[in-house]
Amino acid sequence: MNDRLPGFSTLAVHAGAQPDPTTGARATPIYQTTSFVFNDADHAASLFGLQAFGNIYTRIGNPTQAVLEERIAALEGGTAALAVASGHAAQVVVLQQLLMPGDEFIAARKLYGGSINQFTHAFKSFGWNVVWADPDDVASFERAVTPRTRAIFIESIANPAGSITDIEAIAAVARKAGVPLIVDNTLATPYLIRPIDHGADIVVHSLTKFLGGHGNSLGGVIVDAGTFDWSKDNKYPMLSEPRPEYHGIKIQETFGNFAFAIACRVLGLRDLGPAISPFNAFMILTGIETLPLRMAKHCENARAVAEYLAGHPAVAAVNYSGLAGNPYNNLARKYAPKGAGAVFTFSLKGGYEAGVNLVSNLKLFSHLANVGDTRSLVIHPASTTHSQLDDAAKVKSGAAPDVVRLSIGIEDKEDLIADLEQALGA
Amino acid sequence: MNHDNYDDNYIRGILNGVKSIAMVGASPVNVRPSYFAFKYLAQRGYDMIPVNPGHVGKNLLDKPFVASLADIGRPVDMIDIFRNSTHIMPVVEEALRLDPLPKVIWMQLGARDDAAAAKAEAAGIKVVMNRCPKIEYGRLSSEISWMGVNSRTLSSKRAPMPTQGMRLSLNRTSLGGGETAASDRAAKNKADPT
Repeated sequence: MNDRLPGFSTLAVHAGAQPDPTTGARATPIYQTTSFVFNDADHAASLFGLQAFGNIYTRIGNPTQAVLEERIAALEGGTAALAVASGHAAQVVVLQQLLMPGDEFIAARKLYGGSINQFTHAFKSFGWNVVWADPDDVASFERAVTPRTRAIFIESIANPAGSITDIEAIAAVARKAGVPLIVDNTLATPYLIRPIDHGADIVVHSLTKFLGGHGNSLGGVIVDAGTFDWSKDNKYPMLSEPRPEYHGIKIQETFGNFAFAIACRVLGLRDLGPAISPFNAFMILTGIETLPLRMAKHCENARAVAEYLAGHPAVAAVNYSGLAGNPYNNLARKYAPKGAGAVFTFSLKGGYEAGVNLVSNLKLFSHLANVGDTRSLVIHPASTTHSQLDDAAKVKSGAAPDVVRLSIGIEDKEDLIADLEQALGA
Repeated sequence: MNHDNYDDNYIRGILNGVKSIAMVGASPVNVRPSYFAFKYLAQRGYDMIPVNPGHVGKNLLDKPFVASLADIGRPVDMIDIFRNSTHIMPVVEEALRLDPLPKVIWMQLGARDDAAAAKAEAAGIKVVMNRCPKIEYGRLSSEISWMGVNSRTLSSKRAPMPTQGMRLSLNRTSLGGGETAASDRAAKNKADPT
């Protein structure tokens, strides 16, 4: 007989954590240490050879980080996770396991501007070639597949416009191509969308956003769905071939359905080095305990603000997929029935100038380059996060010059609307 | 018996119940998975017997290799088969000639032979396929959580500090077994592409 399956909120509080074995501390301690003593030489050798469970050095793993990892793996329905220093670090570590120089990956054109930069410029210098496709046109992903394709990368809710991606349709393209689907689930969090349930093989997050939720700590995470067979052909030698770094161990043969997370840790994190600080892991872990409460409030407020803006005479358009009539409303109802997130854009009839004025007149919204904070945030993507794109690419990525992006916090919604009212009227 | 996913209580019952484990295909090479699974299970207090005809006369962690299951010469609770799927049936047939029969036949991660499993189950033997007892023990005890692995269990009890030869509690609250894991669905689809 199976035990009862705990609900999402119970997992958000408990998964991965139990009282500290040494002290009995109930909150997860911050293990602020670089290294861990070995019992003896044999124990040390076993740990270094990946033969025993345990801690070596905080660049490879840390007990505070491990609690965070298991909690997110449980919330996403994955087999294992690896926490790293930032969402960007997560993307580097994931693709390092999948691509060799000269290989390609297909990415949705609507992405966080920082990811577009990372893929276009930094990864190009590694010989990892991004091929762009349109998330609103599934066939464009199919057309982009070549023999060198090694992965497909999408965002579940795309930054900045909050559009919803048809994960299942693109997962089908990935399956047919024999490559894993990577979903950046930062803006949705597993509370709103669990991409693994829709066919994702790997989920990544910037923990800095809604999961941490308080705008105080950077972090990223990689979740292994345990769904992809890395050894069925020779496309993924990091997982299928003997690793000289570890005496010829084959990672998938040894670790089975959490092999990808292990590869990211022992081949990626160990050698590239973007470890999360134990303190940040603790802060994010504490944030996750209230994720369900916060996300419900974020979404409730976002809907109220979007509805208010949609009825305002100075507003040209509101891109919130939770509103009826939005082109993504059907996808939002399917993939995110609890709410369409709290990041969206709108444009003003007064264009670029009106956008700049609005941002400077707001008193409660903070003008800054982040999303997913308890505080409500505002930014003008065309002049900031997406400023390095040319005008055509800005429009394609949802950051046209007249667009303002909001990240709605958990304040009283009446106060947010009042702030917008005074700023739009000023 | 559904071998696409296992109820945690099934695995827990096996790992709590067996005391002696004969590992067929145990390797003395210390970078092979069979070596470190053998070593881990010995550290957790199981009475381990290495079976490998190529290494008779040698020891594995002070335990002498035997050539075959028949050469063990005493009752054994579980046979852990570290061979690939095409080599399972002869081992199961050999196990079925033991008297008394083993209680459990366990096939390692990646190994699955449904016909052999059916034969063993017809003789009243419990079967586990395509799993690693080290990983399952580490998961149910949460010891594996140090590696960021989803143990799919919860506990509000203080865990003991593991020491050499110590059996760990496997009686944590399970999150509904493997039924909800996408990985189990993928394994099923791989085994049965229809």
